[in-house]
This record gives sequence, C-alpha cells and structure tokens, in this order.
Amino acid sequence: MEWKNTADVVVIGGGILGVSTAYYLAKNGMKNVTLIEKGTICGGSTGRCGAGIRAQWGTEMNCRLGVAALDTFEQLSDELGMDVGLNQGGYLLVAYSDKEMETLGAGMKLQNSLGIQSRNISLAEARQICPGLAADDAVGFFFHARDGHADPFLTTFAYLEKAKTLGVTPYRFTECTGISVKDGTVTGVETNRGHIDAPIVINCAGAYAQDIAKMVGVNIHTWGERHEIMITEPVAPGVCPCMLMSFSGNYYIQQRPHGSIICGMSPEGHPADYQLKDTWQFVEAMSKILVHLLPRTKGIRVVRQWSGLYDMTPDAQPIIGETDIKNFYHSTGYSGHGFMLAPVAGKILAQHIMGKKPDIDFSMLDYRRFDRGEHIRESNVV
Amino acid sequence: MTGTHEQNEPIYVCRCEEITLDEIREWIDRGYDTLDELKRVLRVGMGPCQGRGCQDILLREISKRTGKPIVNVPQSTVRPPVKPVKIGLLAKGGEE
Repeated sequence: MEWKNTADVVVIGGGILGVSTAYYLAKNGMKNVTLIEKGTICGGSTGRCGAGIRAQWGTEMNCRLGVAALDTFEQLSDELGMDVGLNQGGYLLVAYSDKEMETLGAGMKLQNSLGIQSRNISLAEARQICPGLAADDAVGFFFHARDGHADPFLTTFAYLEKAKTLGVTPYRFTECTGISVKDGTVTGVETNRGHIDAPIVINCAGAYAQDIAKMVGVNIHTWGERHEIMITEPVAPGVCPCMLMSFSGNYYIQQRPHGSIICGMSPEGHPADYQLKDTWQFVEAMSKILVHLLPRTKGIRVVRQWSGLYDMTPDAQPIIGETDIKNFYHSTGYSGHGFMLAPVAGKILAQHIMGKKPDIDFSMLDYRRFDRGEHIRESNVV
Repeated sequence: MTGTHEQNEPIYVCRCEEITLDEIREWIDRGYDTLDELKRVLRVGMGPCQGRGCQDILLREISKRTGKPIVNVPQSTVRPPVKPVKIGLLAKGGEE
C-alpha cells in the first residue's frame, strides 16, 4: 500500500477499538483517516479475548455503555455488510455467597433502572437455560437474555472492510515510535516507516497505550494484565447455550455457534509482566471448574490455549477523551471489556471529534479522574 | 487439470474447518496475506489438527500469490496442548 505522509487523523492500534473508531470517524464525514498497527490487524488483545457482550454491570457508566453496545451489535452485520457472528444466548451470572448476591442484586436494580431487563432466577430456571448445569454449591443466579457474544475477528474485519470503502487507510507492520507536538498541540506521529503529519491523533493501543502516552509525558494510569483462555474441539450446540460467568468463582464459559467451547479465568496474582505465556496450571484449574460446573464437558477435548492482556485502569472503567496535549485523544483502559464496548466507544469518540453531541456523555471517563480520586470501582469483573 | 480432480469440485485445504482453496485465494488477494490473518478471518488451522494438515499449503499459497519466498512467510505460533486432551483428564492433573 502506497505510503501517505499526511492524514487528517491518525489512529494508533489495529484492534477493535482502533478499527471501530476509524470507521465511525469516516462514517461521520472525516476524510483521510490513517490507522497504524505495529503487527497485524486483530493480533493483540481483541483477537485473544473471550468475545462476551453484556449489559449486566455494576456501575452506571458501564451499564449505559454495555446496553448501547448491545443496541449497536444487534444491527452491526447489516450495517457493515458482513456477518459478525452475534449469538445472544444471554449471560448467566453465578453467585456463591450472600455477599455476592447482595452485590449482584444491587447491580440488577441499577440495570433495571436503566431499562436493562436482568433478572434474579432460581437454580431450576438456570437449568432450563443451561441444561446440565450442576452448580449445587451456588447461592443464586442472575440472567439477562440480550447478552451474549460475537466473533471478535469477524467484527474487527467487518469494521475494517467497511472503513476501507469509506477511505480509511490501514497500515500494518507500522509501529508508533513517537508523537510530535508543537505548542501543546499534537502535529503527527513518528513510525518505523516514516513521519505522518496529522492534526488529530487517537491512542487506541490497548495494553500498550500508556507507553505511547508517555512519549509525550502523559500518564494515563493504565497497565497490561495477563489473562488465560482455552478452546475445545467443536461439539454439538447446547452444551453451554449461554455465557456462564462468576466473579467470585473466577470463570467465564461460552460455546461458539460453530461448537467450540471457549473459557477463561484470571490467573493467580494478576501478572503484569507483559509475557503472553501459557501455563499448565491454568488448563488444570479451568478443567476442574468445567467438570464441577458442567460435568458433561469431561469427555470434550481441549485443542488450544493462549493468553492475552487486559488494558487495566484503577477502576476497571475505560479512559475516553482528550489529554493535556490538545487533539491527542485516548480510547483505552477497557479492563478486559474492549471488544464488547468498542462499537459504542468508537461511535461516541468519533461524534465528539466531529463536533457532534455524543450519544453518551463520556466526560467522566477522563483519565484525570484517577489523580482527583473520583473513580468508583466496577465490581462485575473476572 | 491433473489427476482425477473435477474442475468444479471444491478443494478443501483446511479439513477441520472445511475451508476451500478458492476461499483462501480470495482472502489473500483481499490483503489477508499473512497466515495469522487468514486464520482469523477463515479459521483455517484452528480446528482439532491445529494446522498440521493445512499450514504448509497455506504458506505456499501466500508465497505464490504475494511473490514472497516461502522462507519469508512467517508461520503461526504453536500453542499447547500438542494434541487434543480431554477435559476430564486435565481436571485430574493428568492422572487417570
């Protein structure tokens, strides 16, 4: 692809956040959007994620973003002209203590007040939704039928292909090595392939976004944390029709429409060493959970395991907005939920940059909230 | 055409995911010319055989269509387990 050394906007990062932001900018009339990615598209956290989409959150902002993302996902294949693999089997949240019931119950009240139809359900109903569910040790269950999952690869590529038709230029193997600033305003980016002049730069570098921000002395308080995940051979549908998830139980389990079961958990100690390591301890611990919770999975074979980085913030809510450097924006820190929130996050940041009123006011997601001590920790996270 | 292959019969390169040579060529030509990106868009090499059956064919197709020598076409990351293992066995820490 021919190298262009000027752009109206440069987006850093070829994950779902970067690609969807580039798409919504072009859709809202921005010309000359260039996206740079140090490796290949969807090669970082997006391509490694658990693919879930939900509105069952514990903070109002995450609920608002989550339900807006569901609204977007429900019509995304039509809008982009490519199937994004949406499967709305619901999220079944499993609580293991009275204290957790209280936390999830408070979350449900908040969700209901925002129009999200989540419900407290019995073990019997949970077993109708997910036949074969053991969970005799669980105290209670919450369910929201519109939640589910989509294919992160296909969603990213669907955005990319549509964005290309709107004039977005993606450069792979193009690493950001510096940010140019003049008089407190961003003027472009340095890359391993040369300079690009641009009056607006957006950092969507996920678990590496803080490194990009630091190039111009901005501290956004994010870090990368390793999580592990595995997938089985494809089996008949219906083994796990919903997303099964527990915050205290530390697991999420879903079955792709094509039959494979994907499941993951947070590793001990939340390692922030940036090593994309695979451990046998994870496979053993995850398999124990599966056999205990869904005994009929015991004869299903694991074909692959991998790891990926959550782009964490101190309150597990994202950072969206401008920095102290004018026209240098951030959209990162999604804390393991970037895939599901990207359709709405890309849209609202693009609306803001184009001078339109964003569908959701995201001013509270300013990264300086951590310096001010104003953040509220999200409770519903694995 | 050589051998007994019928001209209009699809050629399955990835048998696990049932992906044909035509589909692979189409996506390489659309710019998905690395093995990793082909895997992501078509799921080639992501089934039970983990690419043992198709990786060499995919690398050769990428090389042919991009003009890059095959030694310069990166392979995929090899991920554990080496062969599919039952969850019940893993849950017991590998002891029957």
